[in-house]
Amino acid sequence: MDDKTVVVRELVKDFPGVRAIDHLSFDVAPGEIFGIVGPDGAGKTTIMRILAGVLPPDAGAATVARCDVVGDPEGVKHLISYMPQRFGLYEDLTVNENIRFYADLFGVRRSDREARAAELLKACGMSEFRARLAGKLSGGMKQKLGLVCALIHTPRVLLLDEPTNGVDPVSRREFWAMLYSLAGQGVTVVNSTAYLDEAERCHRIALLHQGRLLFCDSPARLKSRLQGSVVSIVSSEARRIRDALAAADGVSSVVLVGDALHLFVDDADRRIRDLSARLIGNQIPFDEIVRVTPTIEDLFVEAVRKDSAHPAP
Amino acid sequence: MTRSNGNSVEVENLVKRFGDFTAVDRISFQTRTGEVFGFLGPNGSGKSTTIRILCGLLRPTSGRAIVAGYDVVQSPELIRRNIGYMSQKFSLYADLTVFENLRFYAGMYGVPAAELRGRIDWALEMAGLRGRESNLTGTLAGGWKQRLALGCAVLHRPPIVFLDEPTSGVDPLSRRLFWELIQRMSGDGVTIFVTTHYMDEAEYCNRLALMNGGKLIALGTPTELKLGSIQGWLLLLECDRLGEAIERLRRFDGVRDVAVFGNALHLVVSDAAAAPAIRAALEADAISVTSLQPIRPSLEDAFVALTTGRGANCPSELPS
Repeated sequence: MDDKTVVVRELVKDFPGVRAIDHLSFDVAPGEIFGIVGPDGAGKTTIMRILAGVLPPDAGAATVARCDVVGDPEGVKHLISYMPQRFGLYEDLTVNENIRFYADLFGVRRSDREARAAELLKACGMSEFRARLAGKLSGGMKQKLGLVCALIHTPRVLLLDEPTNGVDPVSRREFWAMLYSLAGQGVTVVNSTAYLDEAERCHRIALLHQGRLLFCDSPARLKSRLQGSVVSIVSSEARRIRDALAAADGVSSVVLVGDALHLFVDDADRRIRDLSARLIGNQIPFDEIVRVTPTIEDLFVEAVRKDSAHPAP
Repeated sequence: MTRSNGNSVEVENLVKRFGDFTAVDRISFQTRTGEVFGFLGPNGSGKSTTIRILCGLLRPTSGRAIVAGYDVVQSPELIRRNIGYMSQKFSLYADLTVFENLRFYAGMYGVPAAELRGRIDWALEMAGLRGRESNLTGTLAGGWKQRLALGCAVLHRPPIVFLDEPTSGVDPLSRRLFWELIQRMSGDGVTIFVTTHYMDEAEYCNRLALMNGGKLIALGTPTELKLGSIQGWLLLLECDRLGEAIERLRRFDGVRDVAVFGNALHLVVSDAAAAPAIRAALEADAISVTSLQPIRPSLEDAFVALTTGRGANCPSELPS
């Protein structure tokens, strides 16, 4: 266990009337990008705040870079950078001034900070905005500036709470490129997200639902657990196809997705043959029928549907 | 002035300038009745400005927009009565009960007294909230809150509904239920106009429009955008030492873009025939390649290629 940067054991946190975190355990390895994934209210922010040493748990243990977050919350703060959902950027300060402020706060030496700031700003495509007021930046740039400020010192562990909320796909890719580069330098990244397509980018994820851990593994291994496979049919007559195939042999469910349908089937190769024959027989036109990779969302939906203890949302 | 020809939104040469900044630059498009239409674009692309014009909240500088048969300049108040609007930050009153929220919005949208009970019953049924009429809204789980918000937004039977990141933050099962409701409404002829940054929401749309720099730069089905956006090929590369692989690939002639996805990379290349040379170059640097194969672009690949020009038709714009 010594080689793990983050160790969480049987963590519990109660708020009045609700158990936010329910016996949660997981480990994060050095240089790993670990995703805490779940809908609003799943306990993501609570976990982040506990790891950052700003919220004591009610039971269980957690260490960050071997520092006990319960016994030594001040010690933890020197080892991490924590970017909460509303990161405290000063809107009436410029980009440069915000960076300088955080560098002072983290006690970064003046000789180091200039090179570090230049490198970080270049990596996120913000070099030409150094004199702009933070309040005048777009949502995506504000998030990136938050990350630059959080990284002006070199943390062992970076804790990011829903860092890409409201950020467009282009900025989101730049943001992720920065995270991968940090992880490559050995920084451990723990980030939370409600979006399952973001989860696919993490090395490993913990899927949370109502404070409990559903799964913890790499996205690829999680997907391989899903029994059966997904077949996509592209057609301008998607609704007719749904009605024609919903009760077909081997099809467990059908979801309309834009200009396509996703069918959950027991055996893709066999069902593609059966289903296309059936469509041709019924003279329903379609452009394409192919097997597609299931998503983390597919897995999550399956797991929650099977979880009989879970009340229907 | 009213007109109707089967399109719920018609936009022609629409322009909005703020001072000398052109936020919306001569855009034109139509949505068809009953379609789920996705309106996408990066921050600052003119997307929100366009929505504000379409909802009758902002006057365009020039051009024309007709929504639900009404001109946005001539009859903005009629538009507001004939559309529904729901965002993830939809203002349900947390300290009102489910029933009180529905009654409040029914009053606000001018639902006639004779229809009131029937519409509220319909909304409760649709949202799966029957039996929870007197629960405080603030105590509902995310999925229920979101379906209640949708119910409130469509109590007055609008022919068109605007949804702004409607499923942000709700759990995946609720999200699926929500899109099933949306598909049913669209099957009944309600036009759904979705704006979002999230490509998994965009996937649920029948057609997508993509804004960038105030202009409409792409319009088509999700499949058309995926297949048509990238000039060249998209390769999925699985290898070790990702950081070094990225550095090497950025210098490789013919690789137009590199993006990281978990333990793998997406490469945009001009010619799939370059794959063996790419593999050889990586292996020459002692990077071991597990897999290198062409894949179909995702909607996000398409979005990034179209809005940055990277990977699309202009290799000269590659970052250094």
